[in-house]
Amino acid sequence: MGERLEQTPRVTDSGRNIAGRGKPRPAFALWGLLSAPLAWLLVVYVGSLALLVVSAFFSLDDFTGKPTTDLTTGNISEAFTQGEYVSLVGRSIGVAVAATLLCFALAMPTAFYIARLASRRTRRALIVALILPLWTGYLVKAFALRAVLAPGSDYGDGGFMSGLVGWSPGFGYVAVTLTLAYLWFPYMLLPIYAGLERLPNSMLDASADLGAGSLRTFRLVMLPLLLPSIAAGSIFTFSLSLGDYITVKIVGGTAQMIGNIIERALLAPNQPLAAAFTLWPMLIMVAYLAVMGRAGAFKNL
Amino acid sequence: MKKVSALAVALLGVVTLGACGGGDDGGAMLEELGEGEGAVNLVAWAGYVEDGSTDPNVDWVSDFEAETGCEVNVKIGNSSDEMVELMQSGEYDAVSASGDATLRLIAGGDVVPVNTDLIPNYADVFEGLKNKPWNSVDGKAYGVPHGRGANLLVYNTEAGAAPSSIVDMFSPDSPYAGKISVYDSPIYIADAAIYLMATQPELGITNPYALDQTQFDAAIAALETQKSIVGQYWALYTDQQAALENGSVTLGTTWQVIVNLAKANGAKIDSTLHNEGATGWSDTWMVSSKAKHPNCAYKWLNHIISPKANAGVAEWFGEAPSNAKSCALTADPNHCATFHADDEEYFSKVYYWTTPTKDCLDGRDVECVPYSEWVNAWNKLRA
Repeated sequence: MGERLEQTPRVTDSGRNIAGRGKPRPAFALWGLLSAPLAWLLVVYVGSLALLVVSAFFSLDDFTGKPTTDLTTGNISEAFTQGEYVSLVGRSIGVAVAATLLCFALAMPTAFYIARLASRRTRRALIVALILPLWTGYLVKAFALRAVLAPGSDYGDGGFMSGLVGWSPGFGYVAVTLTLAYLWFPYMLLPIYAGLERLPNSMLDASADLGAGSLRTFRLVMLPLLLPSIAAGSIFTFSLSLGDYITVKIVGGTAQMIGNIIERALLAPNQPLAAAFTLWPMLIMVAYLAVMGRAGAFKNL
Repeated sequence: MKKVSALAVALLGVVTLGACGGGDDGGAMLEELGEGEGAVNLVAWAGYVEDGSTDPNVDWVSDFEAETGCEVNVKIGNSSDEMVELMQSGEYDAVSASGDATLRLIAGGDVVPVNTDLIPNYADVFEGLKNKPWNSVDGKAYGVPHGRGANLLVYNTEAGAAPSSIVDMFSPDSPYAGKISVYDSPIYIADAAIYLMATQPELGITNPYALDQTQFDAAIAALETQKSIVGQYWALYTDQQAALENGSVTLGTTWQVIVNLAKANGAKIDSTLHNEGATGWSDTWMVSSKAKHPNCAYKWLNHIISPKANAGVAEWFGEAPSNAKSCALTADPNHCATFHADDEEYFSKVYYWTTPTKDCLDGRDVECVPYSEWVNAWNKLRA
């Protein structure tokens, strides 16, 4: 009895201990776990972005090419008001939009076939086949397309394409768009495929029962339901295309995009002006993400 | 305001951490040569540091490594601007800088004076290359002359006879229209100035690096016109090489080394010097103010201007050597004559790359367009 009496409070006590001390403990653990990545995110990611914005206001020592701390808005106005640069940004957006549309046009039927029509075994094989290129190096793929698209001339052979069909678009914006679409295709395919998998069969059946043809079903039932997936995929293809500057170097010929002008300024070396140019893709992406967020791109994350 | 600038200074420190340390903490000139540090990191033009991996017969690095124990690591700089940027990082010990980089490196404190007493081979360097405005300040040498040459024209031999004039590079009726290859760097504006010296003498250009606003605008206009006939702007020498090999380019500004590489792969091309005078370079090996391997750097400077190595690199790159004794050692006995090694008369028609400044380099009492404006104009042209 004496023992029980002694034991009971002990149990309660320790029980209270667990309840009392245990509550802050998960929070503590959570913070302990998150603080390192959070600090990383803040310092390295947000911090460097902030530095980039700040350094866009620095001046340049003309002769040595080193930034000085005299603050100026000259770089910003140079990057944002000069017609040549604005038109370059316009062309870059054009390429990114074209590559995104091309990805969508190719990914939609492919994803539909895989998700809805293919047998289970074909489906698996196709998914593997379409994801596999993701593990291939970016440069390998870009140079592969360089070999395909190289234009022929009177004095030498062109690439595979001009050898095979006697014509190739040559190097330029068309080649850049094709290459970017090829590079980022899986990033559009996978979200659409995932969206199609979630799409209830009953919806399509209902649409068919009510007399809609397949095109009408696609337009009025599937597209609205898939919109968030398409938006999510387009974020990948659009942002990766917009910021690209290496593909342009490989298959662009004389073409240029925002990334190239940033690199040029950086190598000039004119770090402040390069920083000012980077504000372009930043602003464009913020706007794009805002629009795509409205389309529901982040609902299924 | 004080706070703002203090913050800015702090931020600048972080922004440029490792990118530049400023001119004031530079090391001093080396007083005596010590043991090698086992390695040396170089920034160099393509073809300047060859260890036999490009062509087994082209190798002046292996014997240096064996002799000195300094392992050579090389980073190719594709333009003077890129070299300045690389040297500002402080990661490299020495650089083969052209005249449009040298003074910027000196002004930025990125390089230190070189003690030529520690470089025995310096004595054999052509006097015409020593203590020049682009490699010395107040009689203090900031490096050792590597060699010099002119930017050439490369042309496809199947497309026609050798072009003799720079006009073929700029005229809209050029027989090479659409297949012209242009060096993608702001310094190329000087080539347009040379074109104008030949075609529009009324502009009064005497030095392609000393352009007042009117002359500069005319040069940019010529480049805008040229844009429609350009097939390629090359920044990487391998890009031009590939275009020459597949025939998509039939005329271009080039370096002899690119011609050699493309020819070795079967390209039907040749090089020539046009009549109007040309842009060119006189290169200087300089030592970084933050060199981690200064002794190996000095050993390299001495090696690269030694008769044998200097002959090798001059012949491979296609330029005039800087060491007078090199001329006896080139595989082609006429190399020095072909490239006018000691022909000061010839080189008076070659305009070495140099950094344009507000004070006109030709001594005129007007304001010239400084290099930063050249860069902006070129970026806009290419945008």
